[in-house]
Amino acid sequence: MTSGGIRRSFTAAAALALASFGSVALAAPGPWQLNMERGASTWSPVAYHLNNIALGVCTVIGVLVFGAMFVAMFRFRKSRGAVAEKWSHNTTVEVVWTTIPVLILITLAYLATGGLASWADTTGSQMTVKVTGYQWKWRYDYVDYLGKSIDKVGFMSKLDSQSDQTRQLGSGLDPFAVKVGDESTYLLNVDKPLVVPVDTKIRFVITSGDVIHSWWVPAAGWKLDAIPGIINAAWANFTTPGTYRGQCAELCGQDHGFMPIVVEVKTKADFAKWLAEQEAHSAAPAPAPQTAQVAAPAAAKQG
Amino acid sequence: MSYAATHDQHDDHHGAPKSFFQRWFMSTNHKDIGTLYLIFSLTMFFIGGSFAMLIRAELFKPGMQLMQPYFFNELTTMHALIMIFGAIMPAFVGLGNWMIPLMVGAPDMALPRMNNLSFWILPFAFLLMLSTLFLPGGGPAGGWTMYPPLALQTDSLAYVVFAIHLMGISSIMGAINIIATILNMRAPGMDLLKMPVFVWSWLITAFLLIAVMPVLAGAVTMLLTDKYFGTNFFNPGGGGDPVLYQHIFWFFGHPEVYIMILPAFGIISEIVPTFARKPIFGYKAMVFAIACIAFLSFIVWAHHMFAVGLPLGAEIFFMYATMLISVPTGVKVFNWVATMWGGSMTFETPMLFALAFIILFTIGGFSGLMLALVPADFQYHDTYFVVAHFHYVLVTGALFAIIGSAYYWMPKWTGHMYNEFWGKVHFWNSVIWVNVLFFPQHFLGLAGMPRRIPDYNVAFANFNMISSIGGFLFGATQLIFVGVVIHCVFFSKKKATDRVWEGAKGLEWTVPSPAPHHTFEVPPVINDDELAHGHVND
Repeated sequence: MTSGGIRRSFTAAAALALASFGSVALAAPGPWQLNMERGASTWSPVAYHLNNIALGVCTVIGVLVFGAMFVAMFRFRKSRGAVAEKWSHNTTVEVVWTTIPVLILITLAYLATGGLASWADTTGSQMTVKVTGYQWKWRYDYVDYLGKSIDKVGFMSKLDSQSDQTRQLGSGLDPFAVKVGDESTYLLNVDKPLVVPVDTKIRFVITSGDVIHSWWVPAAGWKLDAIPGIINAAWANFTTPGTYRGQCAELCGQDHGFMPIVVEVKTKADFAKWLAEQEAHSAAPAPAPQTAQVAAPAAAKQG
Repeated sequence: MSYAATHDQHDDHHGAPKSFFQRWFMSTNHKDIGTLYLIFSLTMFFIGGSFAMLIRAELFKPGMQLMQPYFFNELTTMHALIMIFGAIMPAFVGLGNWMIPLMVGAPDMALPRMNNLSFWILPFAFLLMLSTLFLPGGGPAGGWTMYPPLALQTDSLAYVVFAIHLMGISSIMGAINIIATILNMRAPGMDLLKMPVFVWSWLITAFLLIAVMPVLAGAVTMLLTDKYFGTNFFNPGGGGDPVLYQHIFWFFGHPEVYIMILPAFGIISEIVPTFARKPIFGYKAMVFAIACIAFLSFIVWAHHMFAVGLPLGAEIFFMYATMLISVPTGVKVFNWVATMWGGSMTFETPMLFALAFIILFTIGGFSGLMLALVPADFQYHDTYFVVAHFHYVLVTGALFAIIGSAYYWMPKWTGHMYNEFWGKVHFWNSVIWVNVLFFPQHFLGLAGMPRRIPDYNVAFANFNMISSIGGFLFGATQLIFVGVVIHCVFFSKKKATDRVWEGAKGLEWTVPSPAPHHTFEVPPVINDDELAHGHVND
């Protein structure tokens, strides 16, 4: 157990060190990453700070309890001539070590409740995107933006072909070679990302067309299950333009590990331009009507 | 006939029946059935462990190396089902069978024939479940939680449902037997509040089993009728709700988690006072804490479902209730430390496993507290952080307690001392490699690696390789345990004394080593000084 204690204190210290220095907005997981990322939305620091506070509280309690254990193990050894005492009860310490944890818990509960209430409040959103999970891809439909409803902007988003070829059993291809620029994007890239504007409160309505999936972009700070027959809602307001990567987080069958999520956050001007292009494109005869049909049954279930 | 009658009589006085088949297949003896449970559990542990080795081999580096993703899902599903229902639970039932009658001064379990039946159901249940791996269509691959609609896509659903029904029947019969034994068969003078904590923990666990195994049976039966009989319990197309299944499943599932840890608490509460040579600190608080945890286990189920989109009020309720569990659990940990304080400790293998349990289980408890905080759980949920959490509480928790208890009671079972050197080799290798195996999984989860995926981005490569190396070595280390057990049973020359451990207290240490085939045919006269908790006033 020595190794457990040392390892724990070492890693906790390392995690705390990273927490204090590492408040960068990571767009994707990094090698040797030890702690949660701060994220890139207005809400994501809630989860990040709560994680750090809880980790700190646990580390302090752990150091005290395990410290007391190690002191006991060294002081009260039979080989050092320790003679066992007879007592087996002490009301004062029992009251103390029941009360102190309760006070700590009340503090944590207070912090968590505030954060949770702000997460649940989807009012005042400026944009709505409908997310539908399928085995094994995502569909995004743009519902409205700045009070105007959007027609016929929607598309499927699935694993990029380079990752898909590399991940086949016995492909002989190197996962480390799958890159976009300098970034290793193996299994974290899609053919067509979700594009959203920065500094906009976006409401995501999430459902599924077959089994349960879970839509998770760590930079947004949350995940939410995509369940057939149910429309879940959550919101995110991204603070920095960039490309943010995530994955399906609920086991959904054989290709559960191969349906990533990519969110491209653009400046408002760039997004308006992109949206206009999409709308113009969809006004022309639809090139891929079958994708629209797949979404129809899920939409019908909302009632 | 008269010969048979005298022959039986003869066996009763001198040991087990002579025929192998009669002794092991038709046994109604709590010790033999306990042994069968333990052997079965160890066998399942290695089968489930071999699945884990395959999982870690596939995850050794990025890219699909060894298997198709569907087979990977079969492995994760089967690994969990085998370890939970085949390894951990039967091990505790085996320990309860062996030790509860000895600890309360009973001649046997209250219902010996039902005891035989509840064991012999199990091999058939697991054969049925494992056979699906060899059938066309493959085994279950929707996770051990079997969430619909995904689980309904599995061709082997009916096999798994019937296997679970059998396991449930076995567990319920075992639980009835344990409750009947503890409540009716205690020797005169063995008051409820003088019972060993292990017996208390099993009494409470047995009530949990009776309460929730039928709920699981109901949930999986609804899956069965949804798939084959046209019902729509969980099918939104017919007015059903997939989330309903999750509520029912976790109403079973969370008490199930405590079914796998409360007897471990009991075991640690036996081992620590023995090797600290000091009575357990706060006996009544320990018993009350177990009861508290058992009660709370019924009102926290939806903390497994924080990401399904529960209403805000429900998330807050289940968060608070879950956080509350850390209070009685903390009391238990503090009391174990206080038991050690002022003691006179020695560090034989059972004590080493118990100490590792206290530290590493507490680390699992810490990550559990972090997971209870809903906003943080939105990030942790369904990642390797959760995998690390429940392996800390189930491997370094439940499993370490089981292994520790095996070392603790093996001399009483076999009449021989195990090899202390190899026991310690087993311990140190286990405790080092299990941390190499599971600690990095915290980092993987925090960095964003979802669980139940067969392949991953290269950013996760380093910690996955470390974890896999730890996994292989932890798995190999368990072969040492088999060697120690075989040596102790068949080859050890070192006779165990009746007391076995200097600080051991309780009725089980008053019978000879090895414990004869029949014990306490006449109820023992209880001397309170002999009991671990003979003079409890607080």
